[in-house]
Amino acid sequence: MNDLLKKNLGNFFVIVAFTLFTTVSFLSGFEPGIGIFREQFFSFLKEMILFLPLMFILIGLGDVWIDREKVERHIGSESGVKGIILVIFLSMAQAGPLYGAFPVAYLLWKKGAGVRNMFIYIGAFCTIKIPMLTFEIGFLGWKFSLLRTLFSLPLIILIAILMEKILKRRTFEVKQP
Amino acid sequence: MQLLTVIAVLALLFSLIADRKKTFEGVKKGLIMLIRILPSILSVLILVSVVLYFLPNEVIVRYLGEEAGFSGYVLAALGGSVALIPGFIAYPLAGLLVRTGVSYPVIAVFITTLMMVGVLTLPVEIRYFGVKASLLRNALYLLAALIIGTLIGVFYLT
Repeated sequence: MNDLLKKNLGNFFVIVAFTLFTTVSFLSGFEPGIGIFREQFFSFLKEMILFLPLMFILIGLGDVWIDREKVERHIGSESGVKGIILVIFLSMAQAGPLYGAFPVAYLLWKKGAGVRNMFIYIGAFCTIKIPMLTFEIGFLGWKFSLLRTLFSLPLIILIAILMEKILKRRTFEVKQP
Repeated sequence: MQLLTVIAVLALLFSLIADRKKTFEGVKKGLIMLIRILPSILSVLILVSVVLYFLPNEVIVRYLGEEAGFSGYVLAALGGSVALIPGFIAYPLAGLLVRTGVSYPVIAVFITTLMMVGVLTLPVEIRYFGVKASLLRNALYLLAALIIGTLIGVFYLT
C-alpha cells in the first residue's frame, strides 16, 4: 500500500485535487466544474467501471494458465514455420512495455533463436500480446482489433526477414547491457 | 464489450472447474494489477476530461478526424512514436478519442506507433541490439504503422 502511494504521488495529487474541485464546483454551482464531471469524467468512468475488473481477471487467468517457460524452452531448437508460430505464441502470452521485451529477446538469442525469430518475437510482442488485445477489443471493438492484427502479422514477419537479410552480412549480436 | 464480458465469465467458469486454486491465484493477480494501474488510469481520465471539456470537438476533428487527411496520420505517428503510454491507459484514451470524432485510421497509426516505435526507449534498445539494428527496426516499424493505418482506413471508409 505504501509502495502504491509512493509510486503514484503525482496521480494521487491529481485525483485529490479533482475531487476537491468537483465538490466545490457542485456546492457553489460552478458550471465548468460540474460539466467536466458530468459530461466528461463520469460518462467515461461509467463505461469502464464494470469491465476493467473483468479484463484484469481475464489477464490474470491467462497469466496463471499459460506456461511461458515451457514455450521458451522450445523456441531455440525449433525453426521454420513451427518456430515462427511458437515465437508468436510466446510473445502473445507476455505483458508489459516494449523495453520489457528486450531482455526476453536477449534470452531467446542466447538460446539459439535466429535473428528472424527474435525480431518476430519483438514485433508480435508489440502488437498482439493478449493483455493488450483484451483492452483493444474492449475499447475499440472487434473489427478494429481483428483488422489491425491481420495487417500487422505479415508486416512483422516481412520486416523480420528483411532484418535478417540486412544484418546477416554484418556482425550482429545481442548484448546484455 | 458485451462479448468480452461473456468471454471473461466463461473463462472464469472453466478455470474454476479445472483448478480452483489456480483460478483464485489468477483472479488475485489480475485484481492486484488493476489496483496498481488504477491511479494512473483515473488521473489520465481526469486530465483528458478537463482538456476535452475546454477543447471543442470540432478542433479535434479538424486535426485528427477523417477530413484531416495525411497530416492527421503524421501527427498521430509523431505522437505515438514519442509517447511512452502503457496500453492499459492508451486504449481507454483511444476509445475516448474515437467517440470525440478522431478517425479509426488515425487511431490505428497512433496505437501502432505507440506500441512498435520507441524513440524514448531507443537508448535502451541500442544497448541490446546496437545502433544500426535499433534504428533500422524503428524506421521499418514506423513505415509498417503507416501502412497498417492506411489499410484500416480503407476498410472503415467502405
